[in-house]
Amino acid sequence: MASTVLIVDDSKLARIVMAKAITALQPDWTRIEAANADEALTRVDGQKIDVVLLDFNMPGKDGLTLAEELRGRFPEMPIAIATANVQDEVIARARAANVAFISKPVTEDGLRGFVSGAALRLRRAAQ
Amino acid sequence: MTDQSIALDELEHDALTELVNIGVSRAAVNLRKMVGEQVLLSVPSVEVVTRSHAVTLIRERENDDLVAVRQGFEGVFSGRALLIFPEKNSLALVKAVTHDTLSDAEAHAMEDEALAETGNIVLNGCLATMANMLKKTLTMSLPEVIRGGGKILFELDSRSMPGGVVLFLYINFTINDRNIRGYIAMLMDVPSLETLKMLIGEFITRVVGGGETP
Repeated sequence: MASTVLIVDDSKLARIVMAKAITALQPDWTRIEAANADEALTRVDGQKIDVVLLDFNMPGKDGLTLAEELRGRFPEMPIAIATANVQDEVIARARAANVAFISKPVTEDGLRGFVSGAALRLRRAAQ
Repeated sequence: MTDQSIALDELEHDALTELVNIGVSRAAVNLRKMVGEQVLLSVPSVEVVTRSHAVTLIRERENDDLVAVRQGFEGVFSGRALLIFPEKNSLALVKAVTHDTLSDAEAHAMEDEALAETGNIVLNGCLATMANMLKKTLTMSLPEVIRGGGKILFELDSRSMPGGVVLFLYINFTINDRNIRGYIAMLMDVPSLETLKMLIGEFITRVVGGGETP
């Protein structure tokens, strides 16, 4: 079954860049987008999401808080947070929630590790 | 007025905001290293406004005297970047970056020097990241500490036309557990804004691609 990735970023450009990199790495994945945390939660409630890629600094609820919330609901879901804000506290919170870290600007190379790891976990779970 | 010609479309505005966000996030990492405590950032706001409106924007938030570290940048586009905070936060910031090892008198004695160095690290981190992403080199001047109201802070330079349009971007930051907050602002005149708009267009093409990618 095809996997669905949710891309959450208030920047449309950043969503385009992430979607493009994901398409290059996993052409079969279905990509859906959300511009903020509330929209992301609506998406998650509305359909099955397998992977989430989110921005840290967003208006409203920040990406790390959203990641923690999603982690509470989906203990196994591959989640990554993209930011240039690599402060120790931010990294520590991401690690504590078992959320991967991707540095911004997002590139195909920067996403490769997370995406291939996520694909592997999804395949294994489907077996 | 010339502000119509430099109006950014939705994607350009979005791209500039994202560039600023990444630049300031890197700058916050630098500041984090200096103060040893988490630096919290707001979502950046980017607007093309008149200089007097920029003064109003900061006045809406801060009534007290301000202190700023100002640094000029020059290259294909030029302008000034500012790290601004309330003057009453100034000594606290100096103490934070010296990890509370200074007495009040010592902190006061080296206040301007410490502020200039802090500004230099934060603003350079921000500008260098943006310049790299736009694939252009910017030369940064030495930082200077200025005090006063928003009017003085937002003077672009002595040659610029009064009432000109500037790019005003601001992001506010707070240092965790300390009552310190501030803003980062960037000012550019119209010719620089036009160049920046063009570079942003190139940046968008580079990261989004023209449909096919090799």
